[in-house]
Formats: sequence, structure tokens, C-alpha cells
Amino acid sequence: MAFTFAAFCYMLALLLTAALIFFAIWHIIAFDELKTDYKNPIDQCNTLNPTVEKVKKIKRVKIALKLVLPEYLIHFFFCVMFFCAAEWLTLSLNIPLLAYHVWRYMSRPVMSGPGLYDPTTIMNADILAYCQKEGWCKLAFYLLSFFYYLYGYEKPFVSSSFPLLSCLGISINII
Amino acid sequence: MSAPGFTNLNSSISYSQNSTPNGGAAPPCQNGPAQTYPSMYPPAGYYGAPPQQQGYPTIPARCSPAPSKSPITNNAHSANYYHNNQQQQQQHLPQHHAPPNVAPSSYGAPPSSLPPSQPYGTTPATLPTSAAPPANAQYNPQPFQQQVPYGASGSYYGQQLYHAPPAPQQQHQQQQQQQPCLVPAPASGPGAPLYPIVSYPSAPGSSQYGTLRSSQASSTTGAVPTLMSAPLHQYSAPQPALTTAVQPGYSMAPPAQQATVNGQGSTAQTTVHQHYDQSHQASVNYDPYGGLSQSNVGADGDRPPSGTPSTSVHSSPGRHQGGDTSSSTTGSASPVPNSYDSIEGGSYPDSMPPSNDMTNQAQSYGSYGYQSMQPAYQQGPASHGDSSPSHSLYGQSSYQQYSQPFPSLSQLSAALGGLSGVPELEVEALRPVNLLQERNLLPPRPLQAPEPNLSAELKKANCSPQTFRCTLTSIPQTQALLNKARLPLGLLLHPFRDLQQLPVITSNTIVRCRSCRTYINPFVSFLDQRRWKCNLCYRVNDVPDEFMYNPVTRSYGEPHKRPEVQNSTVEFIASSDYMLRPPQPAVYLFVLDVSHNAVEAGYLKHFCESLLDNLDKLPGDSRIRVGFLTFDSTIHFYNLQEGLSQPQMLVVSDIDDVFIPSHDSLMVNLKESKELVKDLLTSLPAMFSQSRETHSALGPALQAAYKLMSPTGGRVSVFQTQLPTLGAGLLQSREDPNQRSSTKGVQHLGPATDFYKKLALDCSGQQIGVDLFLLSSQYADLASLACISKYSAGSIYYYPSFHHVHNTAQLEKFQKDLERYLTRKIGFEAVMRIRCTKGLSIHTFHGNFFVRSTDLLSLANVNPDSAFAVQMSIEDSLADSSLACFQAALLYTSSKGKRRIRVHTLCLPVVNQLSDVYAGADVQAITCLLANMAIDRSISSSLSDARDALVNAVVDSLSAYKNTVSSLQQSGLIAPASLRLFPLYVLALLKQKALRTGTSTRLDERVFAMCEFKTQPLQQLMRLVHPDLYRLDTLSDQGALHLNDMVVPQLPLVHLSAERLSRDGAFLMDCGNVFYLWIGKCCNDMFIRDVLGCPNYAAMPPNMTHIPELETPLSERVRAFLDWLQDDRAFCSTLHVIKDDASAKSTFFQHLVEDRSEAASSYYEFIQHIQQQMSK
Repeated sequence: MAFTFAAFCYMLALLLTAALIFFAIWHIIAFDELKTDYKNPIDQCNTLNPTVEKVKKIKRVKIALKLVLPEYLIHFFFCVMFFCAAEWLTLSLNIPLLAYHVWRYMSRPVMSGPGLYDPTTIMNADILAYCQKEGWCKLAFYLLSFFYYLYGYEKPFVSSSFPLLSCLGISINII
Repeated sequence: MSAPGFTNLNSSISYSQNSTPNGGAAPPCQNGPAQTYPSMYPPAGYYGAPPQQQGYPTIPARCSPAPSKSPITNNAHSANYYHNNQQQQQQHLPQHHAPPNVAPSSYGAPPSSLPPSQPYGTTPATLPTSAAPPANAQYNPQPFQQQVPYGASGSYYGQQLYHAPPAPQQQHQQQQQQQPCLVPAPASGPGAPLYPIVSYPSAPGSSQYGTLRSSQASSTTGAVPTLMSAPLHQYSAPQPALTTAVQPGYSMAPPAQQATVNGQGSTAQTTVHQHYDQSHQASVNYDPYGGLSQSNVGADGDRPPSGTPSTSVHSSPGRHQGGDTSSSTTGSASPVPNSYDSIEGGSYPDSMPPSNDMTNQAQSYGSYGYQSMQPAYQQGPASHGDSSPSHSLYGQSSYQQYSQPFPSLSQLSAALGGLSGVPELEVEALRPVNLLQERNLLPPRPLQAPEPNLSAELKKANCSPQTFRCTLTSIPQTQALLNKARLPLGLLLHPFRDLQQLPVITSNTIVRCRSCRTYINPFVSFLDQRRWKCNLCYRVNDVPDEFMYNPVTRSYGEPHKRPEVQNSTVEFIASSDYMLRPPQPAVYLFVLDVSHNAVEAGYLKHFCESLLDNLDKLPGDSRIRVGFLTFDSTIHFYNLQEGLSQPQMLVVSDIDDVFIPSHDSLMVNLKESKELVKDLLTSLPAMFSQSRETHSALGPALQAAYKLMSPTGGRVSVFQTQLPTLGAGLLQSREDPNQRSSTKGVQHLGPATDFYKKLALDCSGQQIGVDLFLLSSQYADLASLACISKYSAGSIYYYPSFHHVHNTAQLEKFQKDLERYLTRKIGFEAVMRIRCTKGLSIHTFHGNFFVRSTDLLSLANVNPDSAFAVQMSIEDSLADSSLACFQAALLYTSSKGKRRIRVHTLCLPVVNQLSDVYAGADVQAITCLLANMAIDRSISSSLSDARDALVNAVVDSLSAYKNTVSSLQQSGLIAPASLRLFPLYVLALLKQKALRTGTSTRLDERVFAMCEFKTQPLQQLMRLVHPDLYRLDTLSDQGALHLNDMVVPQLPLVHLSAERLSRDGAFLMDCGNVFYLWIGKCCNDMFIRDVLGCPNYAAMPPNMTHIPELETPLSERVRAFLDWLQDDRAFCSTLHVIKDDASAKSTFFQHLVEDRSEAASSYYEFIQHIQQQMSK
């Protein structure tokens, strides 16, 4: 079996999705903490938003857990990869989320730094509930896509039904 | 407080601390009787009542020794303080540190002194008179006395001031009458003025004043022009009894005949002070008060039914406070009636009936609040004053009915309906009104908050609607029901409002629920004497030992009569557990724009004058610090260090990286550097008069202010006159003047940059509140600038087109606002938490603050003029409870450096019928909450969205009512009577500057109007939205109020429509912070002459802003009416007399919201529009 570019994409996506799942879980936990009072919204937003200046007092900021932007970038990155690999089905599955991310970032509150969350409005019950829901939905999406990538990654090995791949494989075999 | 005699030794320790305040509070009476009598009547010691009476004569003797011992006690006190902490931490192990033989020590003494009053008294040995002095002494050292903040605020309330002076006189009189041998307490005079303010000790003074007023009015009270209405009147009835009774009560010992329990109660009443009062003045003052309160006791005791000395005591504590302390009345109010109540209840009936006419007046004064706290017989006035007699009956009956001890809450609430007599109200509230037909919707008097459908006692104990109001006075059981009603559920809060009187409680342990941390309140239920059930989370808690002792009745085992359980608004003095750091001093920094624009506008001179005048009135203690910072394109600091011959100016021109040139000399102690500060303020206006610098570096100046203040926290007052053009936070002009009257969306309602928001959050974190005064004639992007105050819990003032010469109206407003601003009380490093019954949750907050968690607001500063709104949602069904409660607790540092907690509790019934929900709708509160929501919507979405949402709110609620409740299939637009004004108010909202479209509105003014909506208290907001209009020229004395020697006429409200005006009339419009007096062209010459002092209409000057003080009866009436309207508001309203032909009349006519304007429909058209929408 050949190790194609597409297979490489799937493998990469698999790993990155694992990271995204971690991010999503962290996101959910963060908002849950916020809702149940453990955290101050300023700290919260500082951890979620990448802050340009270091906020020294918040220790967790050091561990680059400013998740939103990395998450978006990672997702964008393997979408591009799939585009290059011409995995149209996979790409079309990811397009809605990509569009959502773009929309979400365009409609963020006015702020000078990058970031999505405004500490003054985040405690609004609607926004809080929305963010929590968003976290759960993303978690579900990433979990599903994780298994999908797993399948997509193994498929070339399991069956050689794809003409391009099998040709390559055959040619490799011939050589 | 624990009952000393009773409890184990440890209690004595804890006790001692309490006793300190006590001793201080009313040394002569309280301590006196309690301690002395044992010695005098050793055998009688067990029965408090009789001996105590006699104890009085000895008082003086006791008083005198006190001072000498004060130092000792002082130590004792501090020692206790630490103890205290320990205790609190170890509440569960109280015995733990009880030293076995404390009694002899100074700590021990006070407790021992108290016990004598109790039959239980375990410690006769400790009673010796020697024990007594410490109690007094302890009092003296107490630095706590803090009423000042209130006092200061009080200054604005006319009454307080007025009352004050006479009080000492009366006290003297009484003392002389009653206590011949008592030292007249010379200090009372000076002390008194501050007194009326609030806390218990003060109460007696004022109360007495109140009670005696009628009887002694001729001699003493001529000076009392405006009155506190409610309480006074209510007391009017008992007065005769009092005056005559006073003496006998005192000298003889009628109380002696009472049952021991009562007897104790009576003696103990003064004890109230122990707890409550911390806040007072020099110890000397106490004497008079003590005397007074005692005298009251005596008087009360006199009443034939007796048995109620305690109740009587209450009446003494205060005009308002009566309610608080009065054990009998309040006792009934508490959800847990007990057998004592029934005993005491008997006495009341006789005193009540006479109060009719007075209650009438009282009612109109309802706005003063605290109706809820008034004793049972006072109840009526709250909002339905007319029914006072019947109310009293309720109160009475309730007593009897509940005489069995400790019924469960559910039983109680089951009985609620039948008791309260509310069904009639409800029927009235549900009466269908056809809005298309009824033209006269306005009530004759300004609308009062609807009364919740609760039993009389709960209603009485409930929080004043001025402080705490809910949009639905009947809470729907489930979210589904709420959705069906299509009405918003929310609270409107004015937590730091200036209060006439407020029980202040000092105690070792602040009793709170162990799981949800709710403060104990009048709506908890006592399962038995040792356990109480939280009304928010339903957890059963233990009653701490200390709480078993009731300072009001001075008896043990009556936790339900503690002031915390009697009053829904109380203030605790917090221990160090409630501090993250030592309480901060009062620190004020003034950041002044001195650019060319500012010099042009000329505000600086007036600011400096105003500050100079009020320098001594700035709230604060000896640690108060001030600083000044001016800026144009550079930042100027002022070194005011003590010892300098003149202020030094330090200029920092590096605005990109602001640094503080000197760290310790810029914020200086006002007391030490007062001369320098005065120098600076006098020279400041001239210093910059030649300035040609047009740039403004506001951002860097704020950063500097932040750096300067961050070590301490405090208040920053920023005066800005133009758009910031330099450095961080610079802004561009975003307003397009051509779009001002656009009917499409309005752009730029949100901030252009988050610089100010971020800075505000930093400030909030360092406990710095920033108040913004914007005096700009040009666009200054208030939408961005306001963020600095919004998120640091500051206030925002805006004076469009301010100019010190050309715009005197704004100048006057600025001066008045500034005076109020500088002298009003202030709380630092505050947080406010709102708790509510399990099942309810908080959805959104509105106001100026930073939301720290779902129910916690962080308020760097809290001021008495700002209010908050809270949207609620129902998460779980409330079916298992018949009552829903809300508790707002505001923890703050007073300007005197004391940590205090102000707790408000509101209790409302839960209903499961839609009709009940509609019956309990509070249309004013709904309107205000909707306004807040609409403003959020217009910023986050768009203005037209917000306007549509408002109209839809009306359409939805009315159609929901029509479909579900109203059984009548009438044509037309049917609304329940409770909501009949809803469309009108919403229409008025749509015509406000904040939300209107089509009419030319400057962006800054619109944004400012939005800020106002978010922070103004309900009353103020409603007057802005829908002003009250009265016809003045026809005023008559019919139905007038009689307050003291003044007659205040009562006028019916007139609809805000030009068709209701007439050319031959004079109309007064009350818009909250401004009055307009519109004089018609053909107005009666007599009115113009008598009231305005001009011969006829033509001779009137165009810009009158005052009504001359003429000696004509008509003028007196008009002025009395104006004063009366002015009485209950924080801002001093300005008056504009508007002639019909003047160009200014448009300002008057724009408030006539029922009329069609060029861009908005008339009321009738609006109603029709709604009907169309409904039929779709």
C-alpha cells in the first residue's frame, strides 16, 4: 500500500483533531468553571483570547492556552491540506465549520487585540449558554471527524479501490 | 447577641464585644437599669422589669465613672476583635475558647451587666455595680461611629436637618420631665443633628421627635417644614397618650406589673442600641439618647394593655424605625409568629384608629419608603393609605390567628390569601380596560408600586419598593407560564439609596445559611428555637447562641425578634472576614481637562469654587486623601506635600509611556495639606487661562490616574471637554451630522476602541471607580468614553453645549450636580451579590459595574444615585414553595473605613395562574426593564430592532392576555387594568432621545440618554420617560396634605397631550431633574401676579428659573407643592418657567408624548397600530 499525500493529510488531521478535541474539552470546562463561579471573567477571557501583552498575574496564560485562535488556525490548516489533496468530500464536510469560524471572528466585539471574548459581556446568560453550547457542538463534531479521519486514513491501506491510489501502489509494486 | 446570663462562659466573651456597642449606645438607660438594679434590689434581680425602673436615678453615677475606665475597655475591645475572628471561624465550637472566669475582666463585665434583666440570670455574682462602668466606657472608645456618611447624604434631605435642631430641645425637656436626677447630657445638642440618620441609637432621638411632634410642635417644631410623613403621622394617634403618659411611665413602674417576659422586653429595649448602633458620635451623646429611649419605654409601658413595653419601645426608636424594633409588630411580620406575639398583640388596636387622616398624608409620602418597616398599624400608608383603619384590623387579626407557636411556612402561606384582602386588589388589577375607548387612563396620583399579594405581616416586612422592585409582583411558577404571559421577569434595584433610617447591626456572628450563604432575613422560617430554614435554598441551619439573645427585648430565646429578622433592609458591620485587605481610606483624584477648549467653556472656575465650598464635606475620615491631575497635550501633576509653601506642578510630557514623577506626594492627606489644596484650587483657574493648547491626551491622563490610584483604590473624577486627540485612546469623530434625524439605523452606538473598556477593567480590579463629566459642545464620542465609567461602576454626566456664560442653564445644572456629587456618600471596594430562591436564576445585569460571576457584581465605587436592573429566568419549577425571595447584599467600605454589608430582601408570592401573573404586573418596572433590554439590543443589534422589540413586547403581552385570560370577547384593545398604561409608556419610551428616530438627535445625547436609562433609579427614570403633568392654576386645598404647618395641595395628573392644556391655565411638568412651568397666553393675571410676581402675562421675563417667595397664599401653596415634589429625590431639580409664545416652549411640548410629532405617531395611532399587529 502506498503512503499517499491524502493519507498523510488524514493522518495529520487525525492528530490535529485529537488536539482540537482537547481544546474543545478545555473550552467546555472553562465556561463551566465560569458559570459555576470558579473563575473571574477577566482571567477567563485572558486565557481564551490570545493577549498581546503578557498578563503576569495569570499563571495559566503562560501555557499557551489561548485556544480560540490556535483552534481556528489548526482547522483552517487542515482544510487547506484537504483542498490540496483534493479530498472534496472531506473538505465539504469541513466547510461549514470553517465558515462559522470566519463569521464568528468577524462579528467579535470591538477589541484591540485578537480574541473573541469580551469579559464584560461574557457573563450574560445568553452568551454564556451560547458559548457552552458551541463547545459541546464542536466537541461532537471533532469526535465524529476524528473517527472519520481514522477511517479515511486506513481506507487506502485496507482497500485499493481508489484508482489513483491503486495505480500508484501497483506501480510501486512493479518497481 | 447571646444572652449573657444564660449561656456558658464563652458566650460572655463573645458578648463583651457586643456589649461594647451597647454600652455606648444608651449608657444611661440601658446599662443603667440593667446593672444597677441588681445592686439595689438584690432579691428582685431576677425579675427585670420592676427594678429597672428604679434603677434610673442611679444612672448618673454610673455614667461618670465610665470615662475613666475607657482605656481599659478599649483594650478589651480590641482584644475582642480578634477573638471575634476566631469565633467566627470556629462557630461550631463556641465553647472552645471560653475562658472559665471571664466575668471579672473587662470583657466579662458587660455581659454580666446585661443578664440582670433576665430572669434566667445566672451570674448574680458578676452583677456588682463595678461591672457596669466598663460597658459605658467601652462605648466611648469606639471609633466606629460612622453615621457620618449618612449624615452627609442626609444633608440633602431636608427633613433630617430640620428635625435635628429641635431634637435636643425635646430631649432636654423630656429628660427634665422624666428624669429629674438625670444629667441633662449637654453634648446632646451638637450630637443631635447628625443623629436622625439611621441607626438604632439615633433612632430614639428622631423618633421621639416624631412622636412628640404634634404635642410639642408649637413649642419646638416650628422649624420643621417638610416632614417625614409616614412615620410621623402614624404616630400621631398614640401621641396624646405618650405625652401624658411619659412621665408616669417613667417614674412609676407600670412595667413592673407586666409579666416577666415583657418586663424584660421593656427594659431591654434600649438594648437595641447595643447592637445597632455603632454608628454614632461621642459617647456623651449617648446619654441623652439613652434617656430618651428609656422615656419612650416608659411611655409605652403605660398603655393600658401593657404587656407591650417592647412594642412601645419600638415606636420610640423611630419614626421609621418603629417598625424595625417594635418587637410585637415586627414579630407578627416575621413568618414565624409565636406565642409572644399574641401576648403583645393586644395592645395595639387602641392606638391605631386615630391615625386615619395622618396615614392619608403618609401615603402620599409613600416614596419615602420603609412603609414595610412600619409597625403593623402603620401599614396602610404603603400604597393604599386610605384604608388605614382596615389595615390595622388586618394586622390585629393576623396576630390572633397566628398565635400558635411556629407554624410551618407552608401553613402560613396557605393562609395568606384569605388574610390579606388582596383579592379585591387583584380583581381591580384584572379589570379589562378597552384602551381604544378609555381616554383617562392615568391614576389621579402618581402611580405607586403594586402591592404583592402577601399576608399583611409579610407585606409589612417586605423591602421598600423604592429599593427593590420586581416586574411581576406575583412570580410565575414555571418558565412556561412566564413565557405564556409574555412579560419580562426582572428586578429593579437601588441598593445604596439614601435611607432615612436603617438598622445597623453589630454582632459577632452574622447569621447566614451554611450552604447558600444567604443572610438571615424576615422571610426565613424558624422550625423551633434552635433551627431556622433558609428561604432560598431550604437548608435547615442552627441558630447560633448569640442569635438567641434578642437585644430588642433583651430576652433570651426569641431569635425571631432580632432586628435582622424584623427588617428586610439592614446593615451589618462586617468583621475582618469580609476584608481582603484593610479597609481603604477615602481617596479622590480629580483629573481636569485644561486644554484651550476647556478654558473656553470655563468650567474650571466653577469646579474649583464648588470643590472649595465642599472640601470639608467630602465624605471620609482622617485618612481622606486627594490629588489633582490636569492635562492638555501633556500631563501635569501637583505636589501637595505638607510643608511646601505652595503647590508644585510637575509636567510629564512623555505621553506614550506615562510615569508618575513622585509617588508619595501627589496623593496627599486632605487634613494635613488642606491649605495647599485650597491654594491650588484658587490658583488653578488662572493658571491655564492663557492656554493655547488644543490637544487633549485623555488616554494617557487616565493611565496616569490609574497608576496613581492603584495602590489604594478610590474615586477618579474626570472632567473632559472634547474628543481625545493624543496618545493612547485617541478617537476620531464618527458622527455624521446629516444622519442625526435618519429614520434608518443609527451607527456608532458602540465604542470605537476597547482602550477605555480595558482600562476600566484594570481600574475595577484595583478598586478604582472612574466618574466622567463630559462638558463638550462638539461631538466627543461618548459611546467610547463612557466605557471608562460603565465598567468601573462610575457615573456619567453630560452637559451638551456647556458654556459658563452662554449656557447658564447647563452651568446651573453642573453646579448642582457637582455639589451633590461631591457630598453624597460613597462606598468603596464594593461587591454586590444577588441571591434568589432556588429555581430562579439571573440572566443579565444592567447598570454600571463589572460582572464577576453569575450573581456577583464588582463595584469599585458605589454611589447612592445609581440603580441596577436584573433580568431573571426561571430554571426549575417553583412549585414546592409559595414564596420566592430575592436578596441583594452589598458589601462595601464606608468612607469612614468600615466594612459594611447592606442587605435587602424582597419576598413575593409564587402563582400558577396566568391571571394572577397579570394582576401582579408592575407596569413601571416592566417599562424600565424593557428600556434596559432595548438599549442592549440597540447596541448589539440595531436601533430599529430595539424599537420593534419594544412594540412587540406590547403586542405580545396584550394578545397573550386576550387569548388566555380575558373571557370577554369584546372588540377593541383589551388590557388588564394593571397594564393599561403599558402601551402609553412604551410609546413614551420610543419617543425618548435614546430610542427615537426621525427627530434630530445628536449621537452623544442619544448615547448619554442610553446611559441614563441604564443607571437611573426607577422613579427618576419614569419621570424622564413619562413626566407628571399637573394643572397649577386651579389648585385648591381639597384633599391637601397637612405637613407640620404647611399645606401641600394635591393635584390630579393630567395626560401628556396638548389637548389637555388650555391657554388660560398654568401647567407644571415634573420631568425628574427639571420642572417646567408652562404659562398659557390667557393665564389668569391673578395667578401670574400671586405666584410669579409679575403684573401680567406680557410683563413676564422670558427666562424665569425661580418662583419668587411671595406672601400670598397661592404662592405658598405652589411652593409647598414644589418642595413636596422635590422632597424625595437626590438631585435638586431646576425650574423653568416657559411662556406660551417663547421659543423654549418646544422643550415643553416635546414631552407631550401622547401627541403626534413630526416623526412619531400619537398615542391613538399607536394603539391602533398595536391592534392591527394583534389581529394579524
